[in-house]
Parts: sequence; C-alpha cells; structure tokens
Amino acid sequence: MATATATKDKSVLWDWLTTVDHKKLAVLYLIAGTLFFVKAGMMALFMRIQLMSAENDFLTGQTFNELITMHGTIMLFLAATPLIFAFMNFVIPLQIGARDVAFPFVNALGFWIFFFGGLLLSVSWFFGGGPDAGWTAYVPLSSGEYADLGLDFYVLGLQVSGIGTLVSAINFIVTIINMRAPGMTMMRMPLFCWTGLVVSILIVFAFTPLAAGLALLMLDRIFGGQFFIPDMGGNAVLWQHIFWIFGHPEVYILVLPAFGIISEVIPAFSRKRLFGYTAMVFATLVIAFLGFMVWVHHMFTVGLGPITNSVFAIATMGIAVPTGIKIFNWLFTMWGGKITFNTAMLCASSFVPTFVLGGVTGVMLAMVPVDYLYHDTYFVVAHFHYIIIGGIVLGLLAGTYYWYPKMFGHKLNEKLGILMFWLFYIGFHMTFFIQHILGLIGMPRRVYTYLEGQGMETMNLVSSIGSFVMGAAILVLVINVVYSAFNSERITVNDPWDARTLEWSTPTPIPEYNFAQTPQVRSLDPWFYEKVHGDGTMKPAEPMTDIHMPNGSILPFVIGLGLFTWGFGMVMMNMENTIVPPFLVIGTGVILTFGSMLIRSIKEDHGYHIPLEQVKKIEKEVS
Amino acid sequence: MKGRKGLLRFLPLSAMLLFLAGCGEDRLTALDPYGPQAQWIFDNMILSLYVMALVIIVVFTLFFIAVVKFRRKPGDDEIPKQVEGSKTLELTWTIIPIILLVILAVPTIAGTYYLAEEAPEAAGSSGEEEGEEAEEAADAAAEGEDAVVIDVTGHQYWWQFDYPEGFTAGNEVYIPVGEKVWFNVTGNDVIHSFWVPALGGKIDTIPGVENSLWLQADEPGVYKGKCAELCGPSHALMDFKVVALERDEYDAWVDSMSQEEEAPEENSVAAEGRQVFEDQGCIGCHAVEGQGSAQGPTLTNFADRDYIAGVIDFNNENLEEWIRDPQSFKQGNNMQPYPDMSDEDMEAIIEYLNTLSVEDEE
Repeated sequence: MATATATKDKSVLWDWLTTVDHKKLAVLYLIAGTLFFVKAGMMALFMRIQLMSAENDFLTGQTFNELITMHGTIMLFLAATPLIFAFMNFVIPLQIGARDVAFPFVNALGFWIFFFGGLLLSVSWFFGGGPDAGWTAYVPLSSGEYADLGLDFYVLGLQVSGIGTLVSAINFIVTIINMRAPGMTMMRMPLFCWTGLVVSILIVFAFTPLAAGLALLMLDRIFGGQFFIPDMGGNAVLWQHIFWIFGHPEVYILVLPAFGIISEVIPAFSRKRLFGYTAMVFATLVIAFLGFMVWVHHMFTVGLGPITNSVFAIATMGIAVPTGIKIFNWLFTMWGGKITFNTAMLCASSFVPTFVLGGVTGVMLAMVPVDYLYHDTYFVVAHFHYIIIGGIVLGLLAGTYYWYPKMFGHKLNEKLGILMFWLFYIGFHMTFFIQHILGLIGMPRRVYTYLEGQGMETMNLVSSIGSFVMGAAILVLVINVVYSAFNSERITVNDPWDARTLEWSTPTPIPEYNFAQTPQVRSLDPWFYEKVHGDGTMKPAEPMTDIHMPNGSILPFVIGLGLFTWGFGMVMMNMENTIVPPFLVIGTGVILTFGSMLIRSIKEDHGYHIPLEQVKKIEKEVS
Repeated sequence: MKGRKGLLRFLPLSAMLLFLAGCGEDRLTALDPYGPQAQWIFDNMILSLYVMALVIIVVFTLFFIAVVKFRRKPGDDEIPKQVEGSKTLELTWTIIPIILLVILAVPTIAGTYYLAEEAPEAAGSSGEEEGEEAEEAADAAAEGEDAVVIDVTGHQYWWQFDYPEGFTAGNEVYIPVGEKVWFNVTGNDVIHSFWVPALGGKIDTIPGVENSLWLQADEPGVYKGKCAELCGPSHALMDFKVVALERDEYDAWVDSMSQEEEAPEENSVAAEGRQVFEDQGCIGCHAVEGQGSAQGPTLTNFADRDYIAGVIDFNNENLEEWIRDPQSFKQGNNMQPYPDMSDEDMEAIIEYLNTLSVEDEE
C-alpha cells in the first residue's frame, strides 16, 4: 500500500502521524476507539464486581461514581463515536466513488483533536480522580462547590474532543454532497452513506449546544460564573435542557450509522437488495428530525408540568413509527433471500430482534406517568444498553467482520468469530434483561451498593456473571484479531463476500488513490448491477490521467497537542500550587494552536501528482 | 434481616410498633402497588406490556421464519428475486404502529394530568353550594382543610420533612392511610429525587425549584423510599421510610411530635447526655423538639427509627461508631465526626438519644 507517494522515505511512525489518507485515519480511529472501548469496558466489569453482592466494599461510593461517569463518557464520546467514524472514514469515500474526503487535512485534524481531547479527559485520574457527577454532569453536583478537578477535565476534555467531532462531521457533509462519482445520485447512495450524511448534520446541530453548555459550565467552575448556581440566581434545570438537546440526538448520532451498517450487511449476505430503500431513507430523515423534538423525555420527573410532558411524550412515541418501518424493511430484506450466516451476518441479523426489545421499552418509557416509575432506575439502564449494545455495538461488530478484509487484507477467523458472537449475545442478554426487573423492584441507577434483604442479590449476581461472559467475548475478539493477523489467508480478490456496493470494486489492498478512474454509477448497488448486467467491472467515467493527491502534514497533530496544552492550562487554574503558572501553559497551547493555523494559512500546499505511468504500474500490480 | 433483630432487641415495645414489625419486610417493590397512584402506574405498565408483547411476537415470528426458511444452501448460486419494496406493506407497518401508539397515548395524557393534581387550597372555600352537591362539596372542603401537605427537602444524604403543624421529621415520614398526601419537594444542595416505589412515581428535588407530588397508601405499613438521582458518593445510602398510620394514630403521632420537650429526669444518665448533646454542639445541626437548627436530621423521634442515618441497623454499637466516624458508613456526608469523645460522654449521649421517642412508653 502507498508505494507511490512522493515522500516515500518517511519512517512508519512519521507516516502515521502525518497521514491525511482517509483509509489510514480510519485505522487510527479504529485503534483509538478500541482502546477506549476496552478501558471503559474494564470499568464496567469493576462496577459489576462491586454490585455482585449486597453491601460489597470492593469500591467506595466515590470511586464507583468516578467509574460510572468515565464509563458512560468514554463509551459514548471516545469509543462509540470514533468507531463509527472509523467506518465512515473508510467506507464512505469508497462507497460514493471518491478518492478521499473533501478536506483530507481537516479529516486528520478532526482525528487528532478528538484524540487529544480524550487524552485530556483521561489524565484526570492522575490529578485526584476522574469526574464523578455521571456522564450527564447535572449541576449543582458538577458545580465548583460539589465536584473537584475531575469535572474540569470532563468539561475541557469534552470541549476539545467535541471540536474534533464537529470538524469531522462538517467534512463528511461536504464530502457526501460534493464528491459523489458521476451517476451516484442521492437516491442511489448506499444507506450507510445516507446515515453518515444525516448524523453529520445531527452532529453539527447537537454538538454546538453541547459546546455552549460546556462553555457555561467552564465559566461557572473556573471563572466564578453563576449560570447554574441557584443561590446566585442561576438555574439548575437549564443545564439539563442544554445537555439533553445535545444528549438525545447523540443517541441517534451513534445508532443511525449502526442502522446504516446493518442495511449494508443484511442485503450483502441475503443476496437481495434492501427492501423499501426509499422508505428507509425517509425513515432515517424522520428519526433525525424527531430526535431533536424529544429531549424532555429525559426530564419527565423534573416537574415541567403536564402540558410539556404530554407534548414530548407524543413526540417520543412518534419515533417508534419510522424505527418500526426500518425493522420491518430489514426483515423483508431477509425474506425471500439466500442468507449466509457468517459472523457479520449473525451480528447484523440478531441486531433486529435485540433492537426491538430496546425499542419497545423505549415506547414504554415515553408513557409519562409510568416513566415516573422507570426514570433513573435500572429499567432505564437496561433499556439504553439494549439500544447501545444491542444496537450500536452489534452493528459495529457486524461492520468490523464485514469490512475487515477490505481494511486489512485478510478475514477474521470465522470459528473464533462465531464463538465470540454467541458468548457476547448470551452474556449481553444475561447482563441486561434482568436489569429491567431490578429497576421495577426498586433499584435506582448509579447506586454503588444495595442493602441486604431487598431481593436484589440474585438478580445482580446473574447480571454480573453475564457481564463477565461479555468480557470473555471481547477477549476472544482481541485474540481473533491477533490470530488472524498471523494465520489468516491474504485476500487477493476485490470482493471476498460477493457484495453489492462500490467499495468492493476496488482492489485489495486499496491503492492510495482508491480509484484509478472515477467509476460511472448506473444503479443502486452499482457493483452488483455491473456483475449481473455488465461485465463485472465498473465503467470508468474519466480517462486515466495523473492523479492529484494531498500532502501529509504534522500540523493536525500539533494543533491537537496545542488544544490539549491549552485545555490543561485551563484546568490548572483550579489546581493549587502548580509548578508552572497556568497562564504559561495556556499561552503555550494558544501559540501552538494558532501558530499552526497560521503556518497552514501562509504556506501554500498544492499537494502532488502521481504520474500516469506510475498509476498504470500500480494498477497492473494489483489486478 | 439484621435491622429487624436490632429493632426488636432495642425498642420499647409499644403496641403500634409491634404491629408494624409484624408486617415483615418493608414494602419496596413497585410490582406490588399499595396505593391508587402506584396501582395506576402498574396497570398501565401492564397495558403497555400487552401492546409490546404483540409487537415482539410479530417481529420475532417473522424473524425466525426468515432465518430458518431462507438460508442459502451450499452450492446454491442462484440470485434471488431482487424486490424493490411494497407500498402496501410500508403503509401497513406505518399505520398499525400508529394505532398501537394511540392506544398508549390516550392513557398517557390522561394519567399525566391525573398525577399532576395540585394540593387543595388549605383555606375552606366552598360551603355555599346547595342540593345534592352540597354534601359532596362539604366533604371535599373538609378533606381540603384536613389534607396533609408535607414540605420535603433533600439534603446530602438525608430527607427533611416539615409538617404544617410546625414540626420537622428526618428520614422517616408519617402519613395517614387512605387519603392523598401532598409532598412539596425542593433540594437544599444538589438534585435528589423523591421516590417511594410501592406508592407511586418519583419527583426530582431541585434547589431553587418547588415541585409537588401526591401519594396515597391504602394500607398501614412501612414503605421504603429511595433517592433516585445521583447526588454524591452516598447516593445509594439515601434511603427513607414512609410510615402509614390510621388517621387517629396519625393524629396522635402529630400531637406528640408537636409537644414541648419533656426534659430528662434530673441527674439521670439521660440528663447528662442531654448536656453533652448541647456542649458538643450536636444541637447546632440536629433539632430536638423544635429546638436547634435543621442542618442535620431532626432527632425528635430518633429512638423510634429502625435505622441510623436511614441505612444502618439501629443498635448502640453502630450508633457509637456512627458518632465517632460517620464517614465510614456514609462517604461524603456532612456530619462532624467525634472520634475523641470520652466513653462516659458517649454512653450518656447514647442513653439520651434512646429516650427520644414520641411513642407511648409503657
């Protein structure tokens, strides 16, 4: 791969630090996301050990609160989001027939800012403990009076990583709108691209209120502001509104791409086109739109009054309709198909019933008065883990097994894969199904222990055992990755799954420029169309010429580092007896950040061209 | 259950408490509702479960038929018919869910308003009406005048209950059986959430905001309450109890809570303990019989409780340990520790605390 770059002599490390290639950034996202995923997963196991028996003292209440906060925050912001971005980065340009994203530099910038933001959040453990107010960080518990430095790291870490997510999202919007190959009309785009476009738009509208909310909380905590302090005339409920205006769409930001992955994998392994493609696209749009109309259902017990609660209850129930449309369309895609059950398809198909279980509890939660019972209990914990694990993680696992050969040149071992699937699936239901009942018998969420004699011992034990089984499944996945890297057969064909979309028309491994000639798209599922109606190759839409490529750059890394330093300096303002004055650190960060931007603005960088002869040579090698 | 043993060994055996103890476990689960609100919630949960069961059965049936029937056989390279979709089917699975949702939406809205009912005005308003409605109105008015409205304040990590009669209770709230009791809730420091699963839904206690909730217990007994909103390290230990009494017993309880303090007998150990209670500054946070502030739970009826600080079994050893090192039980609570209190003082203060009862001692 990448044998023809103009700067061939760079070291491997330098190559990865400076890369702007969407395929390599996807791998970086995948690695970073997986590391954060494993870390937050371990935290969950610690919590389940603590809850295994009544009045256990494995963890203190304080440590437990730090773990719940970091588990939630990392899983949503630093594990699920980058894993989704990994696939969006890798797949979307290939699926729309583009050579890269619209702004390769911004793509790298997004990754490094996200990464350093995550790092900033994580270093909180070295400065007196992680944030402890829950991933929702409700004020006043998260205000200066009740929470320590951990919350400062939370506020600034999320602020920084949020910027990364935001710029990446803008990049995807531009890419999908502008960079589609000739003939790839909007209504011929694979559903994964559609969901990618929709969530990118959601990110733009949802992460901005989050950034504003975090900025207000930062002003409160570091600069003595009073936005959320009731004694000073501030409003504690305001934070909840701002947070959930972001927080609810965030759920769809994560789950819609998972829907997209499922909508790719199920047709591929059913050998049938997606049933009701148009309905699927519109259902996606409706879900995204309604996603912004329902945030108050997280706040039914805040006491906003029956009118508000009723309106938001109806809007919430409304989301069930487009989601139901999706469920039935997936079912009818399989119906009448020829289904192959490998690991990817096992994950994708089992997603459907699992997600339905999470969806029906979602509708139950929308019934305001009954929500007065469910709210903030283990019922809710069970519900959203059904959505997040049963939805997002199963989707991501399906995507991993499906796109792995294209990304790394070999398949993951199927036997280990199927073992992983069953361990994971059984462990998951064992962990979370029983939690519905725990909630109903009176176990609130976020409790670090429970008293004896309340009938919660057995169910918690079952749940904990289930979580270990899930942990074992992830271990099998890691073993599989290592094992397959050494023992799996290299893939030499373009299309190991006999799939349908454009990414499978590229050679494996993919040349740096993806497509030597931009393909001409003639149908939905263009690759399948050419295999059935054409000669099995994509028709080129342009003559073969020199290919214009962007140069790599270390600046995204430096900007990320600058924002990290800047954020850390801000946190230092709340520390006592710092070795260097905070303003020095902030100044360094600002100079690194804006200095890099200045260099980027002044220095002209037109990229380079891969000469035609070289393109021809590479194409001959890979075919 | 350890708490029960400690209670039996310790408490003066008033007839009423024996009765309560005889009820067995404190009622906690929402699956066994004890009041109209909890019943309404339970019934509608069951309704939604039926509707959802229908959805689940349909989806699972289709799913299992599909995965069994449409497997690809080895060597089968035939490409199945590429179906674009079906307008009829799309319409079907749009309209049927909408109908199901309407079935749920109607009780949802009705219930939202039913549970949002406000406390009646305390001042007797009506009484002018004539005819058939007069009696009913008079009843309603009487009920309105009598309606129990309790102010609830959530603290890290205990509950303050202010009664309209002017006294305060901590961590245990007494209510009359068979009538709606209104709770006006607010938070003192951070957000908590007031929840008695067996009696009804929950409501957040938010600093700077006043919310209200009504609950009704249909049977006398003890109902366990919990804090449902993360409020700090000891969030899990912020339990409280609702004690539902028959109306006359409730009135008697209110009377004895409102009475002036009976000073302990002169020169008794308890009197000494009372002195320690004042000298050590306990009274600075813990009010007794209306004297002192309410920064900590009121101790007027302390000896009637089953638990120290809402969660610890009530016995003298635990009480001593709690006074010496409260952090070891409830991390992050605001009680000042007294690690160096002399054994005599400790004994005296425990003796004194044990006299703080409003039940009849015979």
